[in-house]
Amino acid sequence: MRYRFDRQSLTRGLTVWGPRLGLVAALLTTCGVLALLRPHFLSLANLTNVVRQVSINGLLAVGVTWVLLTGGVDLSLGSVVALSGVVAAHLAHPGMYPLWVPITAGIAAGTACGGINGLFVARGGVPPFIATLGMMTAARGLALVLSGGRPVSNMSPTLTRLAGDWLHVPVPALILGGVALAAGWTLRNTRPGRYLFAVGGNEQAARAAGIPVRGIKGLAYTVCGALAGLAGVVLAARITTGQPNAGAGYELDAIAAVVIGGTSLSGGVGSVGGTLLGVLLMGVIGNGLDLLNVSSYYQQIVKGAIIVGAVWFDRRQRGARVK
Amino acid sequence: MLDNEKHAAVLEACGVGKSFGGVRALRDVSFDVRSGEVHALMGENGAGKSTLVKLLAGLHRPDAGTVRVRGRRVVFRSPHDALRRGIVMMHQELMPVPELSVAENLLLGREPRGRLPGTIDRRALRREARRLLGLLELHLPVDAPMRTLSVAGMQTVEIARAIGANAAAVIMDEPSAAISEREVQALFRSIRTLKERGTAIVYITHKMDEVFRIADRITVLRDGERVRTDRADRFSEAGLIAAMVGRELSAGRLRARTAPGERLLELRGLSRPGAFHDVSLTVRRGEIVGLAGLMGAGRSEVAAALFGLAPAASGEIRVDGRPVRVRSPAEAMRLGIGMVTEDRRGSGLVPLLSVRENITLAHLADCCRGPFIRRARETDIAAQAIAANGIKTSDPDQAVEQLSGGNQQKVVIARTLLGRPRLVILDEPTRGIDIGAKRDVHALIAGLAERGCAVLLISSELPELMALADRLIVMRQGQVTAELDPCTVTQEEVLSYALPV
Repeated sequence: MRYRFDRQSLTRGLTVWGPRLGLVAALLTTCGVLALLRPHFLSLANLTNVVRQVSINGLLAVGVTWVLLTGGVDLSLGSVVALSGVVAAHLAHPGMYPLWVPITAGIAAGTACGGINGLFVARGGVPPFIATLGMMTAARGLALVLSGGRPVSNMSPTLTRLAGDWLHVPVPALILGGVALAAGWTLRNTRPGRYLFAVGGNEQAARAAGIPVRGIKGLAYTVCGALAGLAGVVLAARITTGQPNAGAGYELDAIAAVVIGGTSLSGGVGSVGGTLLGVLLMGVIGNGLDLLNVSSYYQQIVKGAIIVGAVWFDRRQRGARVK
Repeated sequence: MLDNEKHAAVLEACGVGKSFGGVRALRDVSFDVRSGEVHALMGENGAGKSTLVKLLAGLHRPDAGTVRVRGRRVVFRSPHDALRRGIVMMHQELMPVPELSVAENLLLGREPRGRLPGTIDRRALRREARRLLGLLELHLPVDAPMRTLSVAGMQTVEIARAIGANAAAVIMDEPSAAISEREVQALFRSIRTLKERGTAIVYITHKMDEVFRIADRITVLRDGERVRTDRADRFSEAGLIAAMVGRELSAGRLRARTAPGERLLELRGLSRPGAFHDVSLTVRRGEIVGLAGLMGAGRSEVAAALFGLAPAASGEIRVDGRPVRVRSPAEAMRLGIGMVTEDRRGSGLVPLLSVRENITLAHLADCCRGPFIRRARETDIAAQAIAANGIKTSDPDQAVEQLSGGNQQKVVIARTLLGRPRLVILDEPTRGIDIGAKRDVHALIAGLAERGCAVLLISSELPELMALADRLIVMRQGQVTAELDPCTVTQEEVLSYALPV
């Protein structure tokens, strides 16, 4: 397609990117300040560390972006991470199965949880908050049952390599990159992707347009569960155990990153690109506070303030544009 | 009173202007409303009526000019500011608290205090509520939850609320858009009571007959500018329309009657308890069948059953003579049925998606290879639909919510037609859109029939049905009461079959 740089495409570009420009600026400013205060921040080792740390939250956030787009929510992510980690670890003792078995099983466990969430929300009409709250408790319970309440260790080094480096790039970050590209592309360029926006933007209109609303909602929860499963496998590989208690509160970090990234909690607006920016911003700030030797107790206070502050700022900007 | 007229103005805009993101919505408009007067504000959608009243009610601030209350310049920082000075706005979509009672809604924010601090004197609350409703000679149950009232009931409560708050001016934005003729009469009685109490009333409407019944003065806006302000009795209907659109419009039949083709749709004894009962009708190819009746007569429900939104409980639907079951809109579309739903904001458009995306939404598969959208093809299809349906948009990627009501409606129609339906159901396709867009929509409907499409047209505007339909079917309380010839029948006759007995 021919590219025209006229005023119209410029305004259009601004309306697409406008909400995110603030985010990009915030990210760059934070990086700049950190680089001045702690030159070590810009070192390859530290930057690699940052992307490694954000990968888990990133995978969860990309998945839950789909759910938030439909106007729903998924609170079960943290528990699903633990469950799929335990499942994968169980099948990953040295010499037991080839590498793909634990990975597939972990993802399948997450997919199943997401599918059940989707079934109750889309078919059963259970509010997403309740359906996924139930799954949050049940999946955690199942993880504890499967592991007997103890960490599942003795993991084959082939699986732990999933958390290692490939050509100096952390594999989890590569996975996140691939997943985010695929998820973002799907949202923008496929029918189910377009339907997600329609269902979240006006469910009644979507129904009258013949869109399979239930199927689309089910799909969103299933994809979200599958990515939580993947995140669980990656986490297990990183900590070399299947921890039944892992992932507590991860869902809230993921939702926070998505909302900071400009996705509306009421559905219909959002993007994977924005979500990634939100994930990065939260990761960089966390890393910076570590480098500045801020205690993790204070870090939580800062994180809470940032979540509310970012969304408050964003709403104010949008409000100003409406007037 | 022999005062200079200027001083009687309760609420006034002096040379106000307002732009939104480079688009000028209002330019140098002056407007005033006096005590005990109904001043109607008319104009096509996008003419600036809503912007003007939002300036007066403190929802927007003018870029230029001033707002005055009783001659004194004011700057409203919020709607609350305006409320404190006695300016009450009744919104198109009313916003009561549905779970609270009528009395609680009436006195929301002004509850009589009880003996203990922070408590409400419930007996005084109900007494005051009854007094206010009594002023309007209304007998609404003050303890009933607000949600049990009809739209008209909620409106009267809002009016009573305005009286209770001693409003100096009340702004009504299309209050009659969603209520029946009988309810309009009740609304007008309430408005007259308000007038007698010296309240100034700004009344926005699209309906010609209404404006001459209720307005003392009329101001016409066009393209953000004031065209004319005058006493209502100095306007003729034709003159008023001409002022609004800038040209004269003809009335009467809009199309010649056609020889009916073969039967496309047949309903036999279709029923859904609580909605409609034993409805039988046929629609032929190339024919427009008008469905007349009051709101709540079951017309939209029949349409919903045909389109699979709310399936019928019993009876038969035949398409091309074959009995069919329609359980979802997708199934209806596969049978060649398309529908333009009532209430384009509620069930028609996805406001945050673009014009292009809204047009292709129902037939996205045509723009796809497998699940993958082919952007170039989608852009082409949308561009063709925009041209074919006369949608005025600067850019197909513009958010559809930024279009005027008439153009939004054309987007919904364009989407429906994209599937090349053999039967098109249109439910109130011209409600709340301006005269120019209305004429375009009428031409689109007539064109559909000309091309051999079967059309089922639901409208609450009888002149529209009589101008377009080949046959007129009247419904009352869920049942078909008459089939009439729109070319010979009178409006009174149609109404006699539509009004409840």
